Amino acid sequence: MTLWWIGDVLLLVVILPVVVYLLKGVLDAARGIVPSVRRIAAAAQAGSKDLDAVPLLLTTQAHVTTTVEVVAGYGGSLDVIIDDAEED
Amino acid sequence: MPAAGVVLIIAVLLIVLALVYYLVSTIVALRQVTSGLDDAIAGVGEIIAKSAPVEDVVQDINANLDAGVDLLEGLLVKKAGLEDAMGLVEGLYPGAAAEGLRNFPGSETVTPPRISEVYTKGTLTLARLGREAPIAATSPKGPVLRNVEGGSLDARSLYPDNRQTRPEKLPRSPVIGTDAPVQYLPSEQRGGTTPDEAEMREKGPWAETAAEGIVPAELGGSDAPREMLADDRQLGSSVLGETTGSDEPATGSGIDPSAGDEADATSDGGPAPPEGAEPDLKDAGAAPRQVDVDSTDTNDGSAT
Repeated sequence: MTLWWIGDVLLLVVILPVVVYLLKGVLDAARGIVPSVRRIAAAAQAGSKDLDAVPLLLTTQAHVTTTVEVVAGYGGSLDVIIDDAEED
Repeated sequence: MPAAGVVLIIAVLLIVLALVYYLVSTIVALRQVTSGLDDAIAGVGEIIAKSAPVEDVVQDINANLDAGVDLLEGLLVKKAGLEDAMGLVEGLYPGAAAEGLRNFPGSETVTPPRISEVYTKGTLTLARLGREAPIAATSPKGPVLRNVEGGSLDARSLYPDNRQTRPEKLPRSPVIGTDAPVQYLPSEQRGGTTPDEAEMREKGPWAETAAEGIVPAELGGSDAPREMLADDRQLGSSVLGETTGSDEPATGSGIDPSAGDEADATSDGGPAPPEGAEPDLKDAGAAPRQVDVDSTDTNDGSAT
């Protein structure tokens, strides 16, 4: 009978607190992940929204091409109009 | 049942309840994590999809800009020479010459001349127009070409016309002088004759310059139509006079070019005195002036 009581005391005083402690640690860790994941999701959505301007690069590309063509035209004209520097 | 057995059952029940509570809470938290990760993965997927063409587009833009830089650097060095080109770069952007030109190795070692002494102020002004035009300098976004968002498109939008179309292509500068492939003869004469090759050969190089200085009428010379001349054009023929355009002498007898060969200063010099006039000899007996004596000594190279 004494052993039964000893077993009960061990269950209530040692096993139960240890189990509760471990389970609470797992639960706290799982709950700590949630805000972080939510921030990651928000950042990804914001980054995706920032990249909405990427198609404008196509316009920039066309403008750069046109500008370089104009510069090449002016350069060609200047090449014809202005004499070359004298060679040493 | 003994009391110890009851206590044991209660203890086991407490443990099971604790397990259930915490494990269920953990499951709920993990499901929230899963949901958040799904959102994050969706956002990352959008980022990947949207940024996929960026590399190709940026590489194409950089290639075009590289071609433009190569063109401008090559043109600058070709027209101004490497040394003056570095001086021009240094004059516009102090310190930039130390970095050198990208396509000209060794250009960073060139000592840039003080470009303001090589090029006129007007040349520097033209060179500055691209990046430091007043309208760009006063812009809150800074100089136009330094602003990647407000590049040349903004500057070009200031002008309603495309400047390349007016004129489409400038003609080459005319080559003038005796070596010019096309000889432009003046359409009017102002004193003397236009020296031909024989006259230039006889008179020497100075006569050739008279031919070089003539601007043909179709290029805006002084004898061009009035509408082609500027408001401050040169004086007209009514003031400067003009030749008759004929080789015939203007006087009845003409000019005898051989008269000078038989000239005699004692008989031909000076005006003809009137009848009975006595020569003025009042100074004949006077001593020579000191300045005349000194002049004579200097010409002889000897002292008296």
